[in-house]
Amino acid sequence: MTQLTPVLSEHWDEADSFTLAGYKRSGGYTALEKAFKSTPDEVIALVKESGLRGRGGAGFPTGNKWSFIPQGDNKAHYLVVNADESEPGTCKDIPLLMADPHVLIEGMIIASYAIRANHSFIYLRGEVVHVFRRVQKAIEDAYAAGLLGKNILGSGFDLDLTLHAGAGAYICGEETALLDSLEGFRGQPRLRPPFPAIAGLYAMPTVVNNVESIASVPAIINNGATWFQSMGTEKSKGFTLYSLSGHVMRPGQFEAPLGITLREILELAGGVRAGHQLKFWTPGGSSTPMFTADQLDVALDYEDVAAAGSMLGTKALQIFDETTCVVRAVLRWVEFYKHESCGKCTPCREGTYWLVQMLKDLEAGNGTEADLEKLLDLCDNIAGRSFCALADGAVAPIISSLKYFRAEYLLHFSEGGCPFDPVASTLFETAGA
Amino acid sequence: MSFTVEEFATMDSIIARYPKSRSAIMPLLHFVQSIDGYITKLGIETIATKLDLAAAEVTAVSTFYTQYKSEPVGEYHVGICTNTLCAVMGGDAIYESICDHLGIKKDQTTSDGKVSLERIECNAACDYAPVVMVNWEFYDNQTPASVTELVDNIRMGNPPAPTRGPNSLRTWKQNSAVLAGFSDGLAEEGVQAGAPTLLGLEIAKSQGKK
Repeated sequence: MTQLTPVLSEHWDEADSFTLAGYKRSGGYTALEKAFKSTPDEVIALVKESGLRGRGGAGFPTGNKWSFIPQGDNKAHYLVVNADESEPGTCKDIPLLMADPHVLIEGMIIASYAIRANHSFIYLRGEVVHVFRRVQKAIEDAYAAGLLGKNILGSGFDLDLTLHAGAGAYICGEETALLDSLEGFRGQPRLRPPFPAIAGLYAMPTVVNNVESIASVPAIINNGATWFQSMGTEKSKGFTLYSLSGHVMRPGQFEAPLGITLREILELAGGVRAGHQLKFWTPGGSSTPMFTADQLDVALDYEDVAAAGSMLGTKALQIFDETTCVVRAVLRWVEFYKHESCGKCTPCREGTYWLVQMLKDLEAGNGTEADLEKLLDLCDNIAGRSFCALADGAVAPIISSLKYFRAEYLLHFSEGGCPFDPVASTLFETAGA
Repeated sequence: MSFTVEEFATMDSIIARYPKSRSAIMPLLHFVQSIDGYITKLGIETIATKLDLAAAEVTAVSTFYTQYKSEPVGEYHVGICTNTLCAVMGGDAIYESICDHLGIKKDQTTSDGKVSLERIECNAACDYAPVVMVNWEFYDNQTPASVTELVDNIRMGNPPAPTRGPNSLRTWKQNSAVLAGFSDGLAEEGVQAGAPTLLGLEIAKSQGKK
């Protein structure tokens, strides 16, 4: 049995974990002092050596991303933290920031020092007011303690940090859409190249990192690259937050080495809810192709999940039992992508619209087997044809559900409607609600 | 109607946070909502003047983001998550029952102006499903009965505190001011984490590993 490795979550059970005093009591801001004793290039080298990869979904090596920022170019550099956590099923960054905003700030100061940025931003989704309060208070306290502003801790390094609230657009979790949004435009993705490292915020060299990636940096500085590499698998190093939700006995956050399996996490969580069986699950949010009980033993790291036909994504493990209609679940996800399509690229804007129309008909039982081929053909004409991956996410649940549950689609046609009782999949089915 | 001298000064302080003024457009829109409750024509025009933009450019931004409302919402804006996981676990049933109870549907407000409804997308609290947000504060693990009680208490002037949030529920306008960047001093109220957030840590400790 894989042992859990609470590093980010280690102090979350202390009532004042979100305060500066609480953070300092557990060793907070000592990594910053240590980082200032190294050169910026040494900090980048250490993070590279650790093997830390982006925790926002794509898994790009964090240290490499930092090293792409051109140095000595006499341009302003920016660090922008993506705290726009909105991928369905994903719920790790928001509780992290509510419990421990200072670990993000410490990581941001270290990262900004490494890439020579003097102004950095947190783009926080707007639908979490209390998290906004916590992060804002942490920033104010950090300024008051000389951890932000001019000549931080006597290092000669200056950093300003601005917290920015989004306003309800999933697409702004895509890094270039996020930058457009932060510049004051509609959040629509940009064509790459140029990549943000060359022309990001205000066309200046910019690193965009996920909350959890940056929050992992102080522990790496304090404990070293070898310590970090001692956890995880060959190419997926370290610890990470897995978020378990849905039809399970005990949902929640599990911080474990990369490579733990869903079977192990489910065992720790008491299994699927009593009297029911696992039907399908997502390894990393709704944009990652779904799995079934056949993938319970897949190591949840970047390589093995990809080899099994999906993506590690945000490690959002959404569990659905046999009471759930897969067609209903897929339709609802695709309605989400249609709603969140920014409208820039035609295949996504028009394609998600037609996907919803078709799926609504299929769920209502008005379809034939030939319609499933048409649906797949439509998916084929949508995926990979837009600036960003939103539409790829929209077709992922359709294609993967047809791979595993084609018969269930057909059952809708032969029954003339959905054969499932939606009440049976609610949590309060027995309460008579 | 116009904005006050103080409000104009506040807008200038928002603009001063950014290297380029146009970046202030989103917090300025949150600020307009904190005063007017929604994005008014005057708010759009004022922001446009402040940022040296056409009103159409500000409108283009405000209409892109769902948190900016083109019509007034209730003093307490209730969002029911009906994305897949919450919907399946009870969000759909909650939404239907609350529509019946209040006699309104999504994007409508009760006649007393107290409660408006929205079907929201995933709000990053799936381990607390089904989730309901009021003025973008967390109300975790809801049922049709608990949400009925929630809105009844709101309408009787006695809104209960969020599950993970401050000790009392603030109004839509008050919370809009927070999102515009103006502290209400409540950051240290409420829990640091709910039980699901702490589950893995608790199990790790019982495994004898830290």
